[in-house]
Amino acid sequence: MVDPTSDARAAWQADYDRAPLRDVPFETMSGVPLDPVHGDGPFPGQYPYTRGLHAAGYRSRLWTMRMFAGFGTAEDTNARFKELLRAGGTGLSTAFDMPTLMGRDSDSPWALGEVGRAGVAVDTLADMEDLFADIDLSTVSTSMTINGPAATLLAMYVAVGEKTGVARRDLAGTIQNDILKEYQAQKEYIYPPRPSMRLVTDMVKFTTAEMPKWHPISISGYHIREAGSTAAQELAFTLANGFAYVEAAIAAGEDIDEFGRRLSFFFNSHTDFFEEIGKFRAARRIWARWMKERYGATDERAMMCRFHTQTAGVSLTAQQPEVNIARVATQALAAALGGTQSLHTDSFDEAHALPTEKAARIALRTQQVVAHELGVTNVVDPLGGAPFVEWMTDEMERQAEAVFAHLDELGDGSILEGVYAGIDNGYFVGEIADAAYRFEREVNAERRIIVGVNAFTDGDEDTDPNLLRIDHATEEYQRKRLDAVKKDRDQEAVDTALAAITTDAADSNVNLMPSIIEAVRVYATEEEVAMAMETVFGTHVETAIV
Amino acid sequence: MTGDRRAVGRLLSLVERGGAEAEQIAELTHAASRDAHVIGITGAPGAGKSTMVARLVAESTSRGNSPAVLAVDPSSPLTGGAILGDRVRMAEIDTTAFIRSVATRGHAGGLALAVPGGARVLAASGFDPVVIETVGVGQVEVDITAAADTTVVVVTPGMGDAVQANKAGLLEVADVFVVNKADRPGADDTRRDLELMLELSHVTGQGNADFRPSIVMVNSLDGTGVDEVAARIEAHRAYLEHSGRLHARRCRRVRFELASRAGLRFERDLETILGSPTMAAVIDDVAAGTATPAAGLDALAASLAERP
Amino acid sequence: MTPPRIVLAKLGLDGHDRGIKVVARMLRDAGMEVIYLGLRQTTDSIVAAVEQEDADAIGLSMHNAGHLTLGPAMLAALDTAELDVPVIIGGIVPDADLPILHDAGIAAVLGPGASAEEVVSTVRRVVADA
Repeated sequence: MVDPTSDARAAWQADYDRAPLRDVPFETMSGVPLDPVHGDGPFPGQYPYTRGLHAAGYRSRLWTMRMFAGFGTAEDTNARFKELLRAGGTGLSTAFDMPTLMGRDSDSPWALGEVGRAGVAVDTLADMEDLFADIDLSTVSTSMTINGPAATLLAMYVAVGEKTGVARRDLAGTIQNDILKEYQAQKEYIYPPRPSMRLVTDMVKFTTAEMPKWHPISISGYHIREAGSTAAQELAFTLANGFAYVEAAIAAGEDIDEFGRRLSFFFNSHTDFFEEIGKFRAARRIWARWMKERYGATDERAMMCRFHTQTAGVSLTAQQPEVNIARVATQALAAALGGTQSLHTDSFDEAHALPTEKAARIALRTQQVVAHELGVTNVVDPLGGAPFVEWMTDEMERQAEAVFAHLDELGDGSILEGVYAGIDNGYFVGEIADAAYRFEREVNAERRIIVGVNAFTDGDEDTDPNLLRIDHATEEYQRKRLDAVKKDRDQEAVDTALAAITTDAADSNVNLMPSIIEAVRVYATEEEVAMAMETVFGTHVETAIV
Repeated sequence: MTGDRRAVGRLLSLVERGGAEAEQIAELTHAASRDAHVIGITGAPGAGKSTMVARLVAESTSRGNSPAVLAVDPSSPLTGGAILGDRVRMAEIDTTAFIRSVATRGHAGGLALAVPGGARVLAASGFDPVVIETVGVGQVEVDITAAADTTVVVVTPGMGDAVQANKAGLLEVADVFVVNKADRPGADDTRRDLELMLELSHVTGQGNADFRPSIVMVNSLDGTGVDEVAARIEAHRAYLEHSGRLHARRCRRVRFELASRAGLRFERDLETILGSPTMAAVIDDVAAGTATPAAGLDALAASLAERP
Repeated sequence: MTPPRIVLAKLGLDGHDRGIKVVARMLRDAGMEVIYLGLRQTTDSIVAAVEQEDADAIGLSMHNAGHLTLGPAMLAALDTAELDVPVIIGGIVPDADLPILHDAGIAAVLGPGASAEEVVSTVRRVVADA
């Protein structure tokens, strides 16, 4: 009679022994030596990965401390990038301004007042070149948070690589490219869902073939949560979107083991400590089971739910903003105990404006404290086996499965069709708005206490911290710059390239990436590229579900 | 001429509010005696009515008309408040049409007055056609839609929309059926269901003997089939005119409006009389058992008959 | 009593609509009629809505620090249309900007964390004052 637990344990031990370890003492502050793992199997690194993706967890490698940055002009952000790299950050993460996110140029009437405000403005390849000036793209990994016009920005990154002598296969990073959650939560869409999905699939195909180090979709629950969903809805909607992308890629003839291992996720770490930890653990388990059992993945890496985490921006209070540092610290701790692969910690002043340099540094320091001082990285999945934590994990899974069942029914056996239907009939936005309103009413009735907001409000005299103000000159500067680029470029080449995009857009069998790369190379603007497709794809207007 | 839009907006508010000013406006708009083709559009929530209406209105604008829309949505029965979200999609598709959101304000009789009154204001202001969009649930909404010159019922594939429409009494009032989201699976089944039900109503004599409602397959997201809907609506109007049924329709509408007005007035009078000292004494007696309910009713009827 | 009619909209590209949806429900639950325009509105589309809907007030939600540009732009558009309808801004507005918005003619500003009572009483007051 073989004891499966001892078998699993032996297998885990073998994996652990093979893993490289960080050169630090794995003992308590007082010198008590610590075993790498406690409790029962399946152990970390074993299907369905509830306890983590790797046998040695953070003993091998800490999470990537990836701080999101971007504001003003490309040069401004470039300076911030370099500062973050010097301070020990290990990945670049780009925030684009609203016009860029919506596929509009800085000189569009829609861009008025928004250029460079919530992120960096990118109109043409010239801005992208400035953004990554003097940064060796072969040594950093870059994350770009963009969805509607993702293909254009990816094309620009490829073009910057070409110009600086870095081959496509050496470019490492992630592009968010999660268009489904835009219709559900963040609302930064351009085209209707189906043509948008075709663009996503084109990018999956392109990166699978040419950019092996690139993650073509970061399936994001973050925004769903920020829009007001519950933890379980965040989990369920995000993974459902993931299943939808998988179904679309399979339908497009892609090999699940090939693209499956390059999918990654992005979750929110909110304030309810154990609920968040349960959510992270459940995410890994659900994804592994569905990828294996429903979609037939055989490569373990394609079953692994890798995720980036960001602390909950929506939890930051404008009142007594310094108290946010405490919130961010516990949210970061939940993410670490949930086994995140990378983490962005919010700056305490973000309820007011984009973070100042000092606030961004404190945020980075906060996760460094969690990583290096708290001792939680010495043991893999230290909470695994705790009855409440395991119950919470099961409960999150149970709630998510109920949502999957609903979508499966809506889509007549297809999660992809179920997600389309849910977008169309307002299911997602309705559920999220209900949850947001329920929470708001509880806060209002003081059944939920938010420190500094509806209780303990003394000490809020100085609410305006020292804020980062974006100069109005940015807008003017960016418009002039765009003007200059347009005057400088070969207009005939631009026109030809844009016409080629429109032609390719009309034929769903053609991959759009090559013609988009060609257009950005000759300095077609982001909006011009977007419009070249819009003439074929049309635009999306959401049904108002309040 | 579509007049001053702000003034029209203001007039609609007064009509909605009811009372003496609304009566005055009714007189004035009646005197203006301008006619518009009134189109009622109804269907279950989620049938895609707003988008369909928007497409239809855009089609109408492109044919040189000046359409206006009254989009009716329910008020919360608890608070009387409402969230009116229909204009978003409509305004996105046609920025020139006049769109007014109307909340039911929890009073069926009020709505039954406000909508025909509002339609008259819009017609008198030069808008034609006037489209009234309602959710096809609730008798008043159905009645209001039915009181249009041409009634369009929107259904979607699956979920038994056609059957529901039948139950709600929409089958008898529809002049045009729209199967929206016709690109979805099951659209043809829905069409067949409708055809079958129409066939049956034809046999049983419920339907209109000389006009058979048409069924149009539509995808309002991309506008497929909307021109056909517009054509069918036009055809129905032409039919009304040459068959002399337009007048019958309008009589039906007037009857409905008069009944609503009478009902409202009666309700108001009833409240007043029930609150009068005379009736208070009668009510006391009935409650105490010294008078029978029948006697109480006689007293009430007598008071009602005496009012001015 | 006729319920106040409020147009709620987001001006410009900013897609954060959690707050405006919560406010829409707060106002509905206080018995008001909310004409919800939602995302990506222009000053023109808001003016058209105010005229046709005969609205008593406009609520604009802003989370992208665009208030100093978009607030006055809204007021200017109302001015051009000769509409005298109060404008309330909800969202993240630094204290330093409050007097600027007030001087420009914005009727009220509701910050993050405003309770339902504050939201409702502010709207009522602004409508009554208009």
